[in-house]
Amino acid sequence: MLHYLTLAELTARLGRREVSARQAMQACLDRMSKVEPRIHAFISADAPDALAQADAADRALAAGVTHAQQPLLGVPIAVKDVIAVRGQPLNCGSKILGRFVSPYDATVVERLKAAGAVVFGRLNMDEFAMGSSTENSAFGPTRNPWDLSRIPGGSSGGSAAAVAAGECFAALGSDTGGSIRQPAAFCGCVGLKPTYGRVSRYGLVAYASSLDQIGPMARTVADAATVLGVISGHDSRDSTSAPEPAPDYAAALDGGIRGLKLGLPKEYLVGGLDPRVKSALESAVRQLEALGAEVVEISLPHTEYAIASYYIIATAEASANLARFDGVRYGARVEGPDPIQLYCRTRGAGFGSEVKRRIILGAYVLSSGYYDAYYLRAQKVRTLIRRDFLNAFQQVDAIVTPPAPTPAFRVGEKADDPMQMYLSDIFTISCNLAGICGLSVPCGFAAAEPAGAGQAGAQLPLGLQILGRPFGEAAILRAAHAYQQSTAWHKQTPPC
Amino acid sequence: MAATEIDVKYVAHLARLSLTAEEERTFGAQLGQVIHYIAKLSELDVTGIEPTAHAVPLVNVLRADEVRPGLSNEEALRNAPAAANGLFMMPKIVE
Repeated sequence: MLHYLTLAELTARLGRREVSARQAMQACLDRMSKVEPRIHAFISADAPDALAQADAADRALAAGVTHAQQPLLGVPIAVKDVIAVRGQPLNCGSKILGRFVSPYDATVVERLKAAGAVVFGRLNMDEFAMGSSTENSAFGPTRNPWDLSRIPGGSSGGSAAAVAAGECFAALGSDTGGSIRQPAAFCGCVGLKPTYGRVSRYGLVAYASSLDQIGPMARTVADAATVLGVISGHDSRDSTSAPEPAPDYAAALDGGIRGLKLGLPKEYLVGGLDPRVKSALESAVRQLEALGAEVVEISLPHTEYAIASYYIIATAEASANLARFDGVRYGARVEGPDPIQLYCRTRGAGFGSEVKRRIILGAYVLSSGYYDAYYLRAQKVRTLIRRDFLNAFQQVDAIVTPPAPTPAFRVGEKADDPMQMYLSDIFTISCNLAGICGLSVPCGFAAAEPAGAGQAGAQLPLGLQILGRPFGEAAILRAAHAYQQSTAWHKQTPPC
Repeated sequence: MAATEIDVKYVAHLARLSLTAEEERTFGAQLGQVIHYIAKLSELDVTGIEPTAHAVPLVNVLRADEVRPGLSNEEALRNAPAAANGLFMMPKIVE
C-alpha cells in the first residue's frame, strides 16, 4: 500500500532507495485509476509530465541529493486548480477560463519544485473557491471518500479527497473562509491555513484578497509542517507577504504541550452544534488535558457577526477581483457587437450561479448609498472580531473549536439554499477575518444517520480546529502533533 | 423598495453580467434572504471603531525600481481568445 504511506515514511524509503520516485508517482496514478471514477478529486492530471519529474528526482537521488537538502525530493504533491503551474491548465473550477495554460509558476509551486517535489494534477474545487462543498465546480462535484453520497467539503474538496483517498502524499489548498480546514475535517486529513502574509499568493487566482491564503493538506500534522516549511516565507512578488522569517516548523513539532493553555470559546458550543461533533470535541479536550494542557473557557463575543461581515467583505473583494474575467485577454469569449455586450455575454455564460450571486452581492454592498451601511460597517465589525482574538490570546496560547457544526453533509442537501451553505462556515470564517492561523486535525468519527441515502454504517470523519496567534503556526502544529501522536484517528483509511 | 430587496437586473448590469429571466428571479429571492441576514450588523454600535482593511497591515511596501524580465508578447497572447499583429482583438469601440 505504497499510496497510503505518510510523506515522512515515503521520504525515508526514498532516501534508503527502497522505493523510487517513479514507483511513488506510479502508485498515485494507479490509485487514481481505481478511485477517480467514483471520487473525482482531480479535474485533470498530466501523467507523462509527472513521471518525467519523478525520473528527474530519481536521478537526483542517485547522484546523492538528500532530503536534508531537498525535503520533498521525489514526493508527489497535487495542487488545487486555483494555483498556477507553468505549462499546465488553470481553470479555477470554472468554464470562463476556457483552455487557459499558466505562463508561469506560482511562488509556492516554484518552492515545491525547488524542494524536489513532483508537482502534478489539477484538484477540483468550488468555482473560484466560492463554496463549502465542491458542488459548485463546472467540472462536476467531488465525492467524499468516506461516504460517496456526501460532499467532501469545500472549496478545497478535491485536495482533501485526494489526500484522504491516497491519490497524492500531500496537496495545496487555499482558504478564504475555511476552504482548507473544513474539507480536511470532512475527509479526515490535516489542513492548515497560515497567518495572512505567511505564504506568498503570487500565482494564486484572487478571490478575496484580504482573506486568501494558500496552505498544506496532508495525512499527518508532521507532513503538513514539512510542506508549510517549504512554501512559507517572504516573497517580493507579493507585497502582502510578511517579512518575518519562517521558522523550521518540522523541527518545532516535538516537545509536547505540558503547560500549554488552551481556550474553549463558549460562543462555539451553542445551538446548532451536532451532538456527535460536540462529543468528539469534548473527548479531544480531555485528551489534550491528559497530555498536560490546561483548558479554560474563553469568550469571543462577536462570533455571531462573523458570517455577515465575511459575506460582505469577501463578495465586495470578489466583485472587484473577478472583473478581470471579461473575455478580452484570456479564457473563453462569447462575441458581441460591442465590448460591453461581449463582457456581459462572456461573463453570463462563463460564470456559474454561486459566482454570479457573489459578484452581484459584492457589487451591491459597494454601490453608492450602501457602502457605509454594509462594506464600511463590515470592516469595523472585522476590527471587533480581530480584537476578540487578540484579547483571547492574552489569556491563552491557542483556541480549540470544532471546524464545522456538523459532519459532511449529503450531496445536494444545501446546494439550492445559499444561505444554509453560508451558515455552515460559522466556525472557520473568523480566523480569516482576524488574519490568524488555524488548522484542523482528525479527532474522531461520527456514525452516519441511518435514514436517507447514506452508505449503511458509514463513518464520517470529524476534526478538531486549533487556532493560533498571528505567525503562531509552530505552536498549533506542536499541539496538533502531540494530540495526533496520542491518537489513531489518522491511521484509518476510507472504504473507497 | 424594502431593505431586503435587491434590483438584481440593475446590479448585474453594473457588474457586466447578463442573466436569464430565471436567474434574475432566483438570485433576487436568494440574495434577498442574504441581505436580510447581513443587516444583522446594524445591531452593533461601531462608533469610534476603525475599519480593518487587512488583518496584518503592511504599508508602503516598496521595491527597487529595476527593469526585470516579464512575459514576452508571445506568452502574453498565448491565452488570448483572439489576437492579431501582436495585439488582443476586440470589437470596434469608436466608429
